[in-house]
Amino acid sequence: MRDALNLRGNHALLTRANPLAKFVAVFLISLVLALSIDWVSASTALIAELALFPLAGLTLRLLWLRAWPLIIAAVIGGWSTAIVAADSGAVLLDVGLWSISEGSLQLGLGFMLRGLAIALPAILLMSCTDPTDLADALAQKAKLPHRFVLGSLAAMRLVGLMAEEWQTIGMARRARGVGSQGSPIQRLKATLGQSFGLLVQAVRRASRLAVTMEARGFGGGQRTWARESTYSLLDAWVLLGGVVIATGAVLTAVGSGTWSFVWR
Amino acid sequence: MPATHSGTVRPAAISAEGWGWRHAGRSTPAIQGLDLRIEPGERVLLLGPSGAGKSTLLHALAGVLGDEEDDSDETGSLLIDGVPPRGQRGRAGLMQQDPETQVVLSRVGDDVAFGAENLAVPRDEIWSRVHEALDDVGLRTAAGGGLALDHPTAALSGGQKQRLALAGILAMRPGLILLDEPTANLDPAGVLEVRDAVGRCLDKTGATLVVVEHRVSVWKDLVDRIVVLQPGAAGGGVLLDGPPDQVLTEARSMLMAAGVWVPGYVPPTRARTQVAGPYELLIATQDLAVSREKPKRKGFKTIPPVPAQKDITAQVRAGQALTITGPNGAGKSTFALTLAGLLAPVAGTVSAGVGLSEGAGIDPYKWKADQLISRIGTVFQEPEHQFVTGKVLDELMFGPKHLGHGEDRVDELVERLRLGHLVDANPYTLSGGEKRRLSVATVLGAHPKVLVLDEPTFGQDANTWAELASFLSELLDAGTAVVSVTHDQEFSAVLGGAELRLGPVSQGETAHQEAGAA
Repeated sequence: MRDALNLRGNHALLTRANPLAKFVAVFLISLVLALSIDWVSASTALIAELALFPLAGLTLRLLWLRAWPLIIAAVIGGWSTAIVAADSGAVLLDVGLWSISEGSLQLGLGFMLRGLAIALPAILLMSCTDPTDLADALAQKAKLPHRFVLGSLAAMRLVGLMAEEWQTIGMARRARGVGSQGSPIQRLKATLGQSFGLLVQAVRRASRLAVTMEARGFGGGQRTWARESTYSLLDAWVLLGGVVIATGAVLTAVGSGTWSFVWR
Repeated sequence: MPATHSGTVRPAAISAEGWGWRHAGRSTPAIQGLDLRIEPGERVLLLGPSGAGKSTLLHALAGVLGDEEDDSDETGSLLIDGVPPRGQRGRAGLMQQDPETQVVLSRVGDDVAFGAENLAVPRDEIWSRVHEALDDVGLRTAAGGGLALDHPTAALSGGQKQRLALAGILAMRPGLILLDEPTANLDPAGVLEVRDAVGRCLDKTGATLVVVEHRVSVWKDLVDRIVVLQPGAAGGGVLLDGPPDQVLTEARSMLMAAGVWVPGYVPPTRARTQVAGPYELLIATQDLAVSREKPKRKGFKTIPPVPAQKDITAQVRAGQALTITGPNGAGKSTFALTLAGLLAPVAGTVSAGVGLSEGAGIDPYKWKADQLISRIGTVFQEPEHQFVTGKVLDELMFGPKHLGHGEDRVDELVERLRLGHLVDANPYTLSGGEKRRLSVATVLGAHPKVLVLDEPTFGQDANTWAELASFLSELLDAGTAVVSVTHDQEFSAVLGGAELRLGPVSQGETAHQEAGAA
């Protein structure tokens, strides 16, 4: 997982854009897509997003590796919507309780495409944005409190460590005779015990890390930034791209008459 | 602009007058009645039995000890350059024991810059300090790894992480450098790396040094003064103070009794008695490849992980020790865990002999947990990972209770490993040495025929070390097989037996087992 999120070696154009600009563009697209439930706006946005892949150094293979749970969830969501939604139009498939009609199929397709279209920009953002750079932008440009931003950043590093720790604790406990076998209740107990062990280690590590940070002068009022978070012309293009995709999705949907607000 | 922003370092002076500190929630002070003066530029090694408050003193000097709101209690005064440490951000830099928590950010350059940023050093100067600090700790030479500024910190070894922490401290230009057992978790090569980097940086900056460490020989030639603290129960304060050679001569027997590693002294241990063979074969590995990673599934294909070590052929025999050695990253611990039935082999086999398996099947990894613990006991490097209850006695009874036998052995273990006064304590509150003894005792409670230990002597004081070595030598004579991953040559010498040396895996070296003097 850590390797999958590693940005070293990714020199795509969008890695050079300011994370905050990317963040705003992604937010715009998601916002618009959350307003309607039709399939035209979703697929317009989806096609535009797929076209942007090379700019973020992303390939379909990488996308699948990083986002397969989301993709499968979107497909399943779409499928079940198609099955259970109220029928309208010609019935295409009817197996007892399950029936798929033109209307419900459209709804299901829209649901699936929308899920993908909303998830994809976030994955795009993560693929071409270093967490440290994002923190820099959030603190320097969005003016979020630096204690909060840097604290979260340092804590995120510990999360990776905890994944390794979980495996070690699991083995260490098996060596004590606490196994992941037996009845479901025994298994649950074993998992709870392991979680407690992990919690203890997480708290220890976190408090030591906090001492390290404090001993390096963290928590004072005034602070400088070794890495300046800057805007460039590229960021204007990123924002413009976000606006174009968002409005493009709305206009095509309105033009084709499929636009429908979620609350209607 | 404060003085810390200038290019040169102003060495700090420390003065303590009747100083003491009680942590919040504790009834007795961690340290009390301390009178001590350290002149600018002095290098001091701080010794004393555990519980003498050495770490508390270092934390106080680093300005990270408690705050006004909690109910901790300070007496007397502790000053750096005549001012309380708390108000002087960046005047002192602290390095702690656990390398993982000494790294704050995910890229090398950013991590070094972190302290200087917090002190509001101007950007251009931060980067010149970062470059200088990385050069000073030797992380940029080809031998030191030749690290680029965007090198991921997660990929560093323990010794490199500690040197990175030192660079981060140096970039703050502190007048006082505080090291709290900086090398306790490192292998011998890492220990020297860190020690030498500290020496170079002190020579260059002239900063004051206070270091806490059990292993005196590592720091003896680098410091010009040794201060021995007395535990609070014995009145607290300074017991001895003077040049290293003088203190080590005067207090030699007292320091040895306190478990300090005095140079040129290996604590006496029980000698092994020669037991005549045949030594029954308990576990054999054949062309074994090991990894902590699980196989990855891609579509319908299963892709095995890249092994940390491969082609290992070794034997574990009753009443014989097997020591696994080799450089960092050679897969020593991974091999030991695979041998112990805790990890699945990537390739090759681990097979238990009939005398060990006793009807449980040939592959230890497939054994159920209670089948495993009565056959192979594994002691992890970090004792806390293995604690499963909230009381020492429950901890000891846990294995026997599960198996339904062996509860009578617990009393013997409690006595043998001096845990009697601790049976009602919470395992997490024990000292490092006590935790180690407990973790060995808990695993032995299930009476395994094979005992596997991962770096059992890391960070241990001389007393715990000698007890552990003697105890294991006894077990060996009684017919238990002892497999240990260790860098500690004196320890393997006590146990005798065979050595399995694992080479760096990239060179494709095949591991082979050498029989030593049994």
